[in-house]
Amino acid sequence: MAKIVVDPITRIEGHLRIEAEVNNGRITDAWSSSTMFRGIEKILKGRDPRDAWFWTQRFCGVCTTVHSIASIRAVEDALKIKIPPNAQLIRNIIIGIQNVQDHVIHFYHLHALDWVDVTSALKADPAKTSALAASLSDWPNNSPAYFKSVQDKLKSFVASGRLGPFANAYWGHPAYKLPPEANLMATAHYLEALEWQKDVIRIHAILGSKNPHPQTFLVGGMSIPIDPDSQNALNADKLMEIKRLLKKAQDFVEKVYIPDLLAVASFYKEWAAIGGGVGNYLCYGEFPDAAGNQWLPQGAILGKDISKVLPLDQKKVAEYVDHSWFEYASGPEKGLHPWDGESEARYSGPKPPYEYLDTDKKYSWVKAPRYDEKAMEVGPLARVLVAYASGHKEAKAAVDLVLNKLGVGPEALFSTLGRTGARGIDCLLIARQTPTWLNELIANIAKGDYRIHANEKWDPSEWPAEASGYGWHEAPRGALGHWIKIKDQKILNYQAVVPSTWNASPRDARGQRGPYEAALVGTPLADPAQPLEILRTVHSFDPCLACAVHVVDATGNEVIKVKVS
Amino acid sequence: MSKQDDDVEKGLVERDYSNREYSVGEILRERGVSRRDFLKFCSAMTAAMALPVTFAPKVAQALDEVKRPPLVWLEFQDCAGDTEALLRSANPTVAEIVLDILSVDYHETIMAAAGHQAEAALEKTITDYKGKYLCVVEGAIPMKDGGVYGCVGGKSHLDRARQVCGGALATIAVGTCASYGGIPAAVPNPTGAVGVREAVPGATVINLPGCPVNADNLTATVVHYLVFGKIPALDGHGRPLFAYGKRIHDNCERRAHFDAGQYVEHWGDEGHRKGFCLYRMGCKGPATFHNCPTQRYNDKTSWPVGSGHGCAGCSEPAFWDTMGPLYKRLPNVPGFGIEHTADKIGIGLAAGAAAAFAVHGALNAIRKDKEPNDETREG
Repeated sequence: MAKIVVDPITRIEGHLRIEAEVNNGRITDAWSSSTMFRGIEKILKGRDPRDAWFWTQRFCGVCTTVHSIASIRAVEDALKIKIPPNAQLIRNIIIGIQNVQDHVIHFYHLHALDWVDVTSALKADPAKTSALAASLSDWPNNSPAYFKSVQDKLKSFVASGRLGPFANAYWGHPAYKLPPEANLMATAHYLEALEWQKDVIRIHAILGSKNPHPQTFLVGGMSIPIDPDSQNALNADKLMEIKRLLKKAQDFVEKVYIPDLLAVASFYKEWAAIGGGVGNYLCYGEFPDAAGNQWLPQGAILGKDISKVLPLDQKKVAEYVDHSWFEYASGPEKGLHPWDGESEARYSGPKPPYEYLDTDKKYSWVKAPRYDEKAMEVGPLARVLVAYASGHKEAKAAVDLVLNKLGVGPEALFSTLGRTGARGIDCLLIARQTPTWLNELIANIAKGDYRIHANEKWDPSEWPAEASGYGWHEAPRGALGHWIKIKDQKILNYQAVVPSTWNASPRDARGQRGPYEAALVGTPLADPAQPLEILRTVHSFDPCLACAVHVVDATGNEVIKVKVS
Repeated sequence: MSKQDDDVEKGLVERDYSNREYSVGEILRERGVSRRDFLKFCSAMTAAMALPVTFAPKVAQALDEVKRPPLVWLEFQDCAGDTEALLRSANPTVAEIVLDILSVDYHETIMAAAGHQAEAALEKTITDYKGKYLCVVEGAIPMKDGGVYGCVGGKSHLDRARQVCGGALATIAVGTCASYGGIPAAVPNPTGAVGVREAVPGATVINLPGCPVNADNLTATVVHYLVFGKIPALDGHGRPLFAYGKRIHDNCERRAHFDAGQYVEHWGDEGHRKGFCLYRMGCKGPATFHNCPTQRYNDKTSWPVGSGHGCAGCSEPAFWDTMGPLYKRLPNVPGFGIEHTADKIGIGLAAGAAAAFAVHGALNAIRKDKEPNDETREG
């Protein structure tokens, strides 16, 4: 038995460490640890609830809108604020393009190098690459000359002997299976996607001043004014620019990302039987219309049983710290609901520098959230499964199309490959749907409705002395929830249970593994000194660790007991 | 290098680059960046550095001569927002220039290698190029309890910062966290978070605060160094004057409305729609030094005030505590905007910031003896 450590796990957001036990070329056990802690919720205590979105936005600069959305929803829930239709639609557009851009960046810049050997691209025949690309899609950048120019750039880069971020990777690893032409095509699209992502996300800058960290959210609405007759507001010119960028986003997803995903996946079908994980899926649903009906449905799926989708109850969320560097005043082995949560940091790991963590005891800054006592996977796979199992028309069509193209059944979804494929399906669905919210916004403005904010409760003197609420959101990485308690116009308690807390979770009181840990068990390793396969499965979740460790309790030592209604 | 890389070099690469190093300008042309685009980039950088237009040819000439210096990018208590800002950089286009002007040898978010192989890449650069590499730091450094609140590869952020920043030619602290501790350092600063200058007192550090950093200012700082062979002149908070020499209020496109007493009173009201001054909605522009109004973000698309939200003051030390709440207007309501009133506001807030610093035990950051002397300014 050998225990291997991968730290840092790169091409993710944040600081993640994996320790794994390897026997006969296979992982037999695994531990997921986050090694960075900031304590932002503790810092939130006593501050203005209207500011919370701006603070919690800094949980993460990658999924840079998601905590803002969950936060303003939580405060609006607590204060019973109904936002104007325009604000709802602008939020949907912001959420939509965030998901689309984030998924594409994940595929090309964070995940692709697990499947694509860049050095092999140097051996490709540009003419054959061109033929391959043209057989997959009518994307215009597909001539032999184009792929030759990309290859030439790559050659001169490699020849410089200074490989920069591409140095020292697992190039030539036996687990890389793509032919050189597919590698060259994917490398070309890696570079194109880098250009594309910065353009399409300008939608956030138009609607929200900048990205990352758009500065436009308000409790009660949005701060981008609407007035077709003003150059300082959302007008026809800006709306048309958004329309153009949404089209550009959709084109790239349909003509580059999805064809590439299918092409790459077809060479790695064995990964449809690896990396299944906990088999329980949680989705909060997203994209509400003016009446609050969600375009993507919410629900839970247990034990990979897609014949039924269970309705959700927020009271069933609880967090454990038996293997996390925190202590509860109420003692170990009990989970706490977010409204009752505590987060006293008590580091008990080894003193740095260290080689191994003591994984029998506490080993992570991530807590262990459980839904109805069960470890749950969240993310695009959960979202797509819940939509598919709920009979969502577009989701069903997209899933069936992908399964047919790959010649696999729905059971293939419960895997590393399924997770990566579901992200593409999710991206495609949202890329196609987002323009409809823009059209609705334009139609609403045409009717003369310029409202972007519900002012009635902006002034804290209008608030009740005490209030509590929660806000749910489907972030690119999955189910995100913020829970808030307000007292005397200040934050009394603030808790966030975020996607990567669910997925990167360590073991709970009962010893149940978290989703990364469970998914790694059984993964083959061709060469434990070059654990490429660990990266494949962990990256398929799209980890976001700064989000996961946020320490949520704003109450310090004080234990607040709240009756959960 | 792996065996495969060797094969690639032997078998597939026709040109031999090994005899001499190529300049940034040559490399860019090799990569298909036209001379025209290159000159456009030089002009943009000249503007970002607040230099006269006549400097553009000098920037071009200097870049034609400098070689690709190595850069390592460390992430500590961060959110990767500054990394994302880098990915959105438009002047120059992100991939080409950052990969081509510099050799980014270590950056956890983008690098292909992981684990031991990633560690080895870092070790190699900081050993082979000791005293010659640039270091960029993103995120704060937790000092409390022996640094247990932040580790990579089993090593504390503090140890890593001392090792890597200590051996760098210069360290660029990007974002407010790396500059001054930022959000994790906000009261009650649970992890003892500080900026690089305080964690590694001996290092040469340039602060580029902002939440996140404006990537154009980062590129301009690097180019400034490449062109002039020294780090830019800094203000009392370690910020380059070319980017932080003026108050937001001084360059604000809505300044005329402030002077005319035309304010937004409610979100979405007529004044808001017509682009009036956001001062009464909590804008911190009068107390904040940053070039947002001129540089803007995302290929110059917009900036907070331009999209109808007030400035949060994010480039000022300890702004999380001294500038908040977000929607509370600055003290000493001036009524009509006259210059000395805005000056008073600025002074008042600077005093507030100093008090907060003292509270956080971060007094060093504003002490005279921690300021760069002429020697360090010469790089």
